[in-house]
Amino acid sequence: MKVRILVSFKDSVLDPQGQTVKNALHTMGYDAVKDVRQGKVFELELEGATKKEAEALVPEIARRVLANPIIEKFDWQIIKGR
Amino acid sequence: MKFGVVQFPGSNCDLDTFHVLRNVMKRETFLLWHKNHDLKGVDCVVLPGGFSYGDYLRSGAIARFSPLMHEVRAFAREGGHVLGICNGFQILLELGLLPGAMLRNKNLKFLCQHVYIRIENEKTDFTRAGKKRQILRIPIAHFDGNYYAPARVLKDIERHRQVVFRYCDAEGNITEEANVNGSLGNIAGIRNREGNVLGLMPHPERASEALLGSEDGRTVFESLISCIERRKPARRPGRRERAGHD
Repeated sequence: MKVRILVSFKDSVLDPQGQTVKNALHTMGYDAVKDVRQGKVFELELEGATKKEAEALVPEIARRVLANPIIEKFDWQIIKGR
Repeated sequence: MKFGVVQFPGSNCDLDTFHVLRNVMKRETFLLWHKNHDLKGVDCVVLPGGFSYGDYLRSGAIARFSPLMHEVRAFAREGGHVLGICNGFQILLELGLLPGAMLRNKNLKFLCQHVYIRIENEKTDFTRAGKKRQILRIPIAHFDGNYYAPARVLKDIERHRQVVFRYCDAEGNITEEANVNGSLGNIAGIRNREGNVLGLMPHPERASEALLGSEDGRTVFESLISCIERRKPARRPGRRERAGHD
């Protein structure tokens, strides 16, 4: 099974990199862009894990390692297998 | 007293720190390899600056899982003194020994320059050799030094006088211009509530010899030495617990 985890800053945390990208887009004339948030993507290949096991394992890994819960949130989904 | 300087892959201020503690402060100092489980009976553990594990994932995020950090955490919990400089500060935050987190500098630049910091609390084990509101000139060199903590945590930190250093101008004013990396409350260094763990972004080891332009950083080391040597604590028995980390 393959899962994709998206880690991004919490809404309450300023994302200076996202702001810079937004400013660049505005400079290029993409005025429709109201906001940009930058994040990180992780793809994990899990061996022999059931969906139920993944539902326990992935959030645990995300909380303990991939994201810093003080500043970041995460979202995840199964992208291959089940 | 004995200092121990932890070496991670990617540490690059380890030998500077070792040099200052041994040759300038003239105290017995050991290098502690991060893969070991032995603190060699030191009285103070220093986590030096650098780019442990290439700053992969987040600054300090991987180093916190190094085997020796289990001992460092137990050492700190028993009241042992731990000093984290720059990347060492970031590791202490990731480890949870200090509150908060680091964001990228507000201008998205790696900052390598001398800054002024003001001693906000001169009654700590890391500043007692300094004076009230003393201004120190110490270099910084970091990409992720933009200190952040949720409002509730920040309030707590301030209330317990855990802010030890703030970025200031040459006159000691806490201004937005002096806040080079965008840290909340101009915070340059904090301690834990118990007072035995300090993290700071500026590099005191790079400001401990007149030849290098400033000796202000010695204040931190002198404070630690006077505090620990006066207390002369009973030698801690070596601990070799090997439970999993975290």
